[in-house]
Amino acid sequence: MPINKNASQILATLISNRRIGVYHQLIFEIGDLVRFVRPGNFIAISVGGDSSRMILRRAFAISRTNDRGTIELIVSPMGSGSRWLCSQSEGSRIDVVTPLGTGFGIPSEATTALLVGGGYGSAPLFGLAEVLKTRGSRVIMALGASTAAKIYAPIEGKRAATLLKIYTEDGSAGESGRVTDSLPNLIEEHDARVIYSCGPMAMLEAVSQIAAEKDIAHQCAVEESMACGIGICMTCVIPFKTSSGEIKNLRSCIDGPVMDGELVQWHLVGKQI
Amino acid sequence: MTLDFGTTLGGAWFPAPIFTASGCASSGKELAQFFPLREIGAVVTKSIMVKARAGRPTPRMAETPSGMLNSIGLQGPGIDAFLIEDIPWLASQGARIIVSIAGETADEFATLARKLRGISGISAIEVNISCPNVENRGLVFACEPTSASEVIKSVRGIVGGELPILAKLTPDVTNIVTIAKAVIDAGADGIAMINTVLGMVINTETMLPHLGGKTGGLSGPAIKPIAIRAIYQVKEALPEVSILGMGGVASGKDAFEMILAGASGVSIGTASFGDPSAVYRIQNELREILTSKGFKSLREAVGYAHRSRGTD
Repeated sequence: MPINKNASQILATLISNRRIGVYHQLIFEIGDLVRFVRPGNFIAISVGGDSSRMILRRAFAISRTNDRGTIELIVSPMGSGSRWLCSQSEGSRIDVVTPLGTGFGIPSEATTALLVGGGYGSAPLFGLAEVLKTRGSRVIMALGASTAAKIYAPIEGKRAATLLKIYTEDGSAGESGRVTDSLPNLIEEHDARVIYSCGPMAMLEAVSQIAAEKDIAHQCAVEESMACGIGICMTCVIPFKTSSGEIKNLRSCIDGPVMDGELVQWHLVGKQI
Repeated sequence: MTLDFGTTLGGAWFPAPIFTASGCASSGKELAQFFPLREIGAVVTKSIMVKARAGRPTPRMAETPSGMLNSIGLQGPGIDAFLIEDIPWLASQGARIIVSIAGETADEFATLARKLRGISGISAIEVNISCPNVENRGLVFACEPTSASEVIKSVRGIVGGELPILAKLTPDVTNIVTIAKAVIDAGADGIAMINTVLGMVINTETMLPHLGGKTGGLSGPAIKPIAIRAIYQVKEALPEVSILGMGGVASGKDAFEMILAGASGVSIGTASFGDPSAVYRIQNELREILTSKGFKSLREAVGYAHRSRGTD
């Protein structure tokens, strides 16, 4: 598969930088490029400025777009690159490459979709939920995190979901327990026909197992550390069963991040194939 | 006065002196979205092996101060698929092509050379005898003059005088000049240097080596002084031999420094990860620097740092 054909390298203006709980909401103006952004696509951002010792871009899922040429990112300032980004002031011009990667496939007919998010992995699901809702689908959203502060669920985003369920491992918000524990029931109860997921790899793997048991389609946005985001470094590979039946290491920046959860070889992630 | 920007490597002529680095441009398609491939010196393709190879397990990379470690382990489609899919596409773009090859034995290198002989549109072969991401350090042919020359001899024997051969060397040796002399004596037309430097990162959370392959190759600006030193030493010992230099070049100024040390061409690797248009940008920056310094040709600047002080 080639690189996302709409990807361009531009200087984008940071027009808003707001703290939301433990995360930052960053809004970038990317002009006409916004037309090409699909739910699931990501952006690779140069961090640290000219004299930085950080030489690699940081990749972030795009959570939403709007027709005024802006995109929203939800960033957790955990590492030195994301901390630098979250410290940038409004009006900063930042070197970005976007839109990159595959997007979530949208069913051609209205259906019931179950969206499963872990931590700030929930962010791109809100943009997806809006698209699904516009196309007449019902959206059941199940979000989980270790604790309430790490749940990302903006008020405006909630409107896109027919039902929103929250799970925390420490019981500080919503129901207590893991989001994946509730999935078999949610699928049955709402007759969900497709699952979309985004979050930590362990969660995606658990969702894949449930989707396989219930025999429903599952598209997940995978996460593997990447150096370039444009398919040239070969670091972000995921073992995947291709259409020929062969298991190959595919680049998550080009053949992903959205991949068919049934075909990702979860038991081989991090293993020699 | 227009600058003569052309260069010669091992007898092959290129209209511009900036190249991609093997393993940092895949087979060129991805970068073609950011600049026209035909305008750079050549695309040096990812080292290709006889058979398809899955490479090492993830994690495959770790960013380090001004650098990164990679542990890919030569993932690739194998020579047959590469010749069918990648070479014709690059040729259709008007790109000049240097094919990088890697093998586990001298015989495998010979097999690869046999497949490449007679393929039109290839400007040169880079013989990668120095990939650090292999299980057995004994397989890093370029660590030892005898094994390095054995590989070069077998490739030379197959391609005859048809295609220039560049031997890719590692700086992880006591005396790189000894290795350079050995590969030139064995029939290499030029030297490509340096490959990544063997390194390791230990994850302080898991308290285990971070990379799936444990060790990896260090690249990026952190290794540039090592590259400059190695190129300077080889140019000093073998002034007639052309060098394709690489190692941490991220700007036109870095490329200029490498040319002063003795490189006739410069490959851009890790910089492309951080900036997809780096190859093109650096080439333009270099052109401006050479012009502003008053050089009439790139050739005049090659090895210019070797003159004695006060001879301007």
